Amino acid sequence: MNPFISPLIPEMATQEVQLNETLAHLKTESETLKSKLEEERAKLHDVELHQVAEKVEGLGQFVMKTRRTLKGHGNKVLCMDWCKDKRRIVSSSQDGKVIVWDAFTTNKEHAVTMPCTWVMACAYAPSGCAVACGGLDNKCSVYPLSLDKNENLAAKKKSVAMHTNYLSACSFTNSDMQILTSSGDGTCALWDVESGQLLQSFHGHAADVLCLDLAPSETGNTFVSGGCDKKANVWDMRSGQCIQSFETHESDINSVRYYPSGDAFASGSDDATCRLYDLRADREVAIYSKESIIFGVSSVDFSLSGRLLFGGYNDYTINVWDVLKGTRVSILFGHENRVSTLRVSPDGTAFCTGSWDHTLRVRAICSLI
Amino acid sequence: MQDSKSGIKGSDQKLNVTTIPYVITGKDVIAWIANKMKTTVEGLAAQVFGNMLVAYGYIYPLQNHKKLVMCNDNTLYRFQTPYFWPTQKWVAEDSDYAIYLAKRNIRKKGMLEPYEQAHYNHLHKWLNHKWDFIVMQATEQYKAGKERKKPDRVVFDCQERAYWMINRPPRRTHSAMDCGPDRLIDPSVEEKITFDQYRRMNIFYQQAIMRSKVKSSVSLGALVKYVTTYKNHDAFLAPCLPSNPWQTDSDAYWNLNMRRVDVPTKMRVERWSFSLFELLTDLRGRDDFKIFLKKEFSGENLAFWEAAEELKWGTASSMKTKAETIFKTFLAPGAPRWINIDGRTMGLTVKGLEHPHRYVLEAAQTHVFLLMKKDTFFRYLKSPVYKDIQKKALNPEPHNFSPAQLEQNAQSRGPGIHPIILWQQEEEEKAKAAAASAPVDVKAMMSKIDRKK
Repeated sequence: MNPFISPLIPEMATQEVQLNETLAHLKTESETLKSKLEEERAKLHDVELHQVAEKVEGLGQFVMKTRRTLKGHGNKVLCMDWCKDKRRIVSSSQDGKVIVWDAFTTNKEHAVTMPCTWVMACAYAPSGCAVACGGLDNKCSVYPLSLDKNENLAAKKKSVAMHTNYLSACSFTNSDMQILTSSGDGTCALWDVESGQLLQSFHGHAADVLCLDLAPSETGNTFVSGGCDKKANVWDMRSGQCIQSFETHESDINSVRYYPSGDAFASGSDDATCRLYDLRADREVAIYSKESIIFGVSSVDFSLSGRLLFGGYNDYTINVWDVLKGTRVSILFGHENRVSTLRVSPDGTAFCTGSWDHTLRVRAICSLI
Repeated sequence: MQDSKSGIKGSDQKLNVTTIPYVITGKDVIAWIANKMKTTVEGLAAQVFGNMLVAYGYIYPLQNHKKLVMCNDNTLYRFQTPYFWPTQKWVAEDSDYAIYLAKRNIRKKGMLEPYEQAHYNHLHKWLNHKWDFIVMQATEQYKAGKERKKPDRVVFDCQERAYWMINRPPRRTHSAMDCGPDRLIDPSVEEKITFDQYRRMNIFYQQAIMRSKVKSSVSLGALVKYVTTYKNHDAFLAPCLPSNPWQTDSDAYWNLNMRRVDVPTKMRVERWSFSLFELLTDLRGRDDFKIFLKKEFSGENLAFWEAAEELKWGTASSMKTKAETIFKTFLAPGAPRWINIDGRTMGLTVKGLEHPHRYVLEAAQTHVFLLMKKDTFFRYLKSPVYKDIQKKALNPEPHNFSPAQLEQNAQSRGPGIHPIILWQQEEEEKAKAAAASAPVDVKAMMSKIDRKK
C-alpha cells in the first residue's frame, strides 16, 4: 500500500490503488499462465532425445583437417557466409573490410571497405550476384558484385536497412529482394531491397538481438532470433508476431541455427552451452555442455543430416557434438583467438570458421573410419 | 594449483644472473589439469584450459612473453600474483599504462619496444595535462622498486610485464582480454513491466497454451528419422562420390551436380524422393517433375506454386502486376491455366487480390502444395519418368588419387564458372521457358487462322 496517497483527493487515491491492484493482478495472472504453459509442455514430455536415439549407431572417430586458411583480413574476422555455389564465401572484419573469396582457390575476388568498423554481419545473396553487410553504422547495405575486377563496388552500394543501433546479423530470404536483419536496438526487421522499405518489424526482445536464422521449410515464413535477454524467439514473418519463445539459457544467445528439417533449432550462448529446441513439442530437448567447457559459444551450425552440431567457442576451439546422443565427438584446434563465426557449406562438404586471429579456416573430414 | 603439496611442482630457474623461484613447465601444468579434469579427450581439453589460463594472465610465460599460449613441453611459466589477476576487476587505465611506460623509460632510456614507444607517444599527447602527475608516480614507483631486493624486483618486473602484455597486447599477440562492443541494453536491469506489456505477455501465454503440441516421442522420433534418411548424403558421415573437393582438390563433385546437367547423379536423384520440398528446391529435380507433369497435363499446379513464390519473394513494387497476371492466368473463371482449388480458398484468394499483398496467395499456395505433396509427388516417384532418370543416373567411381596426382590437383585448381554468369544463364533459360510454355491464346490463334483464310 502506498503510504503517500493524499487523503485530500480520495477519488484519485482510489484510482491509483485500483491501478496498482490491476497491475499486481496482471502480474500474478502472468506467472500463473507461465507455469500452466510449463505444465502443458511437461505433460507431453514422454521421452528424452538420447533415449529415442539409443537404437541409432554411434559415431566413429572423427579426423578433420583444415583444408584452406584464408589470410587477408587485417583485423578480427567477425562474420562469414557461403555462396550457393558451395565454394565462394564473404567475410567481414573489425576494420571495416568485407572480402569475397573463392575459398577453393583461396583467391580474393572482391573487397569493399565499409565506412564503419565492427562489420558484425554479412550475407551472400542467393543469386550469388550481391552481398549484404553492416555493423556499427546501424545499417545493412547491399553491394552488387561485378565480373569486372577493377570496378569500384562501393559506387553501386545500396543502403537498405536502418536501425537505431548496431546491426548484429543479416540474411537474405529466398531471393535477392528481401533482407532480414537483427539489431542491438532489440528488434528484427524485414526489408525490401529495391526500395529500402520496411516490410515488417519484430518487437519482443527485451535487449539486443544478436542472431537470426530463416526456417528451411516449404512455407518459409518463420525465422528464429536470439538475444541478450536469454530468449530465443520464433517469429511469423507475415504478421510480425512472436509465435514461440524459449528462455532456458543462462546468458546471451550468440547464435541460432535451424535443424535441417526445420522442426527444431540449436542455440549457442555465453553460458558455454549449446541447446536444442524442438518446435513441435515446444520445449528444450537437449543441452550440449561439459564441466570442462567454461567459455561461451559464439556460433553454431549443423552438418547436412543434422547428426553433427559444430560450435565455435571463445576459448579458440571448435567442439563437435553428436546431436542425438548428446556427447562431444571431437575438439578442433587451429585458431589463435576466439572463433567468432562458423558455417557449414551449402552442400555439407566442409565448414568454415572465422576468428579474431584475422583468419578463416575451411575444414573437411580427413578420412572416414 | 599452487599448493606446495598437491599443486604443480615448481623449481628455481636461473634467468640471466638471478634465480627466479617457483617456475613451472607447460607440460607439468597440462598434466596436472588433465589429471584433475579426468577428461577422456586425451588431455586436449586440458590444453585448451591451459591456453586460457595464459590468455587471461593467470599464468605467464617467462621466456617468450609475447606468446600467450600454454605449450605442452618444457617451456617455462610462473603463476601471476593475484594482485594482477583480471578478477580484481580494476580496469587497466591508460594512465596506469603511461606510468608503467614512463617508469621503464626512467630506468633505462630506449628500452621500450616500437609498439610500446608508439603507445607512449600517443599517451604523452592525450594525457599531457596529467603528465607531471604521471612522471611523479613513475618516479615514486621506480624509487620503491630500487628498495626491493634484486630477486624480488626481477620477479615483480616479470609479473608487471606479463600484466601489460595481457592488457595492451602488441599487434600479433592475442590476449583474451580483448572484447567486442558492449551490449546496448543491459538485460539485468529490472525494467518496470507496464500494463500493456503484461497484457501482451498474457495473450502470448494463452495462445501458447492453446497451440497444439506434439508428444516428445513423436517429434524426437522425426528428428532421428531425418538423420537416418540423410545419413549417406552427409559428407561428414559418408564418402562423397567421386570425392570431396576439399579433400582431393578435384571439383568433379561440383561439376557433376551443377544446376543443368543432362544426367544427374544417383545420390541426387535419391534425394529427390525424400520429400516434395527436396524435389522442388533442387531446380534440376523440379525440371524432371515438370516433365512428368507435362505428360499428365497437370502442370498448372506447379506453375501456380512457382508464380506464388515469385510474388512472395519479389520486390514490393512488382507485386501488383504479378498479382494481376496470376489472377488472369490461374484464378479467373475460364483462365488458361485454371487451378482446381476448393471454393472457399478460391473465394478468399480472389477477394484478397482486390488489395494484393505479398502473402495474398498463401492459402491457395498451401492448398496446391499439399495436393502435390499428397498425390502428385507419389505418382511421380512411381512413374516411368522418375524410374527412367533413376536408371540413367550416374554413379561415379570414387577417386583414388596418388600423392603426385593430388599435388597436381592442388596446382590446377580453377575458379569454375562465376555465379554471376550462371545466374545470367539461368535467367535466360527461364525467359525462354516462360515464352515456350505461355498459355496458348486461343482467340488470337483463331483470329490468325481466320485472317489466313
